[in-house]
This record gives sequence, C-alpha cells and structure tokens, in this order.
Amino acid sequence: MHRSSEVKHVASYLNTRGCECFGQPCESHCPVLTDRTIHVQLKTFIKIRVKPDRTGVVTDGVKHSMNPFCEIAVEEAIKLKEKKLVKEVVAVSCGPQQVQETIRTALAMGADRGIHVEVSGKDYETLGPLQVSKIFAALAKKEQADLIILGKQAIDDDCNQTGQITAALLDWPQGTFASEMTLEADKLKVVREVDGGLETIKINLPAVVTADLRLNTPRYATLPNIMKAKKKKIANVKPADLGVDVCSRLEVLKVDEPPQRQAGVKVETVDDLVGKLKEAGRV
Amino acid sequence: MSNPLRGEVIRLYKNLLYLGREYPKGTTYFRERLKAAFMKNKDVTDPEKIKKLVDRGEFVIKELEALYFLRKYRAMKRRYYEPEH
Repeated sequence: MHRSSEVKHVASYLNTRGCECFGQPCESHCPVLTDRTIHVQLKTFIKIRVKPDRTGVVTDGVKHSMNPFCEIAVEEAIKLKEKKLVKEVVAVSCGPQQVQETIRTALAMGADRGIHVEVSGKDYETLGPLQVSKIFAALAKKEQADLIILGKQAIDDDCNQTGQITAALLDWPQGTFASEMTLEADKLKVVREVDGGLETIKINLPAVVTADLRLNTPRYATLPNIMKAKKKKIANVKPADLGVDVCSRLEVLKVDEPPQRQAGVKVETVDDLVGKLKEAGRV
Repeated sequence: MSNPLRGEVIRLYKNLLYLGREYPKGTTYFRERLKAAFMKNKDVTDPEKIKKLVDRGEFVIKELEALYFLRKYRAMKRRYYEPEH
C-alpha cells in the first residue's frame, strides 16, 4: 500500500519505571541488580531496598521519571514535527496513575496529545516488554501511526526488547540503536550504533526506531511549557479495550542484594601476599 | 513602579524555583541562594538594569538545563557504554 510522503503520526513510548536519580554512583549504599548500578541523588539518598518477599525492589514512594532513552525518543519525534515532516506526535505510556505525570512531561516537551494505557497493581508489576509491545502494536494499528520511536532500553529492567518485539508483531522494519535518523520521502535512513562502529540502513515506512544516547539532546520541560501542556488531552485506555492480554509468561523467582564487600586485608611484604593468595587457593 | 517588568521578574523567579527542584546540592540550598540573589536587587528601579538582571536570570536557566542534561548524559554513558581508552 502506498504511503503518502508526509508521515501522519509518530507515537513515542515512554517508560516511567526508571528510578529518579542521576547523581553520583553510590555502590556502598545501593544494591546492584544484575549488572546495573542504581545511582543515588547526592544529598537526598533514596535507599534502594529489596522487597521482603524478594520478588523485586521497593518502588512505593520512590520518585519515578521518564526513561532517559525515551526522553531522547520524544525529542526526536518533536524535532521531526518542527521540521514539518510529521503531522502529529502522540506520547504513550502504560502504567498506573503516576504515569500521567510522565505523559505531561512529554506534552510539555511538545507532543500533541497523550494516551495513558491503564495498567495497575499486580498487572503492572509483571508488565514486561512482551505485554507493552502487544499494547503498542494494537495502538499503532488503531491510531494508524507511521512511525514508532522509543528508547532503546529501560534503565530499570534493561530489557532492550520492546522496540524489537513491537516491530515483529507489526511486521514493520526496525532501526534500533539509532544515533541519527533522516526522513527521506518514503524511506527512513537510520545510522545505528553497533559494536563494530556505525551502520547506516534505509528502511521503509511504517517503521519502529529505538533511540540511542547520541541521537539528540532532549530539551528540558520548563514551567511555562508545562502550564501550556495542561490544555493538551490525555486519553485513557485499558488494555482490554485494545484486546491485549497483559498476563505475564515470566515469574520472578528471586531478587537479591549483591554480596557485601569483604574488607580488604593489608599485608607487609610480598611473601605475605603470596602466602595469603596460596591460602585462598588463588595461586 | 516598573509594572510590566514586575511580571517578568516573578515569572523568572518561578521558573528558577521549578528548575531548582532537581539541583544536585539540594532544593533548600538552591532556594535560599535564589531568594538571597533576588532580594539583593529588590530596590533596583531602572528598567534597563532590571532587563539586564532578567537576562542574567535567563542565562542561569540555560546553565541549569545544560547541567541537568550533562549529568544525565554522563550517568547514562558511564553506565551503558564501554570506556574509551
């Protein structure tokens, strides 16, 4: 089916579950989940704690904010709109009520309207990339979006899967880890950051793009913009309305804090060092 | 009274206050210094001078936005990307 050269819609997915801290890393305070360090704000420490039933990390009362990679995605969408290559930017987020704040931030950055997919309680705790991608695919068909831009991964679960699964469900081409993207008539040129360097690909629209760190510099949502954004609409949708089942196929067995760091031992001479290493069975 | 500029100054103060919420050294630290800085110039009546001070305030807003962006960028880069030797 021939698509008109002007892209109609851009939907940006916003992940809100990242924790709000971009200060100095503080490994001695915070447990490390998998291979990520949770950074803590310099003065007001938010102690990350594992839940007593060991199914996850305590998230009540922790301030949530937009995933940094998704901020970059939103910024890219708005840049496209400012260049008049795109008609409308829709910001979408899935989760409980607090998620509306993140959508408002996106609206303040320049999105035209928002869609809040309500997922709360137990469903939200088990919400993973597969469920989100299904919601996304359903929304993309409903809204007739031509381009979906999301962050490459969420900093709370580091899955790096949502973009890819969405593209697969919709059977759309994907440009992941985009560090540069240009819209050329009906095609999208994407420069991807891969392990070997940079790869440039040309993909047809409609497509899914995931944003990498160097795609652009996201603007800050200043107070006047936030005030203006209050007039913009946020539609409320339930996953059931889209015909999506948010039941998770995964079960978290255990979440643990990292082992406490053992205190170091000081030795006087090299012979002592060798002796100690032999004792520990390392030599 | 410099009435039209009064609105601008108040707007500037509100914007700076909003930005100060994320300040790394703490909101109270920022708010105290912001208030002190504004109070120090409260008796200025010359519209030219007021405009200059408002421009300086806008400059500070831009500096803060850059600070926040760099902090986030550097945190992400440190977390996710291999250090380049």
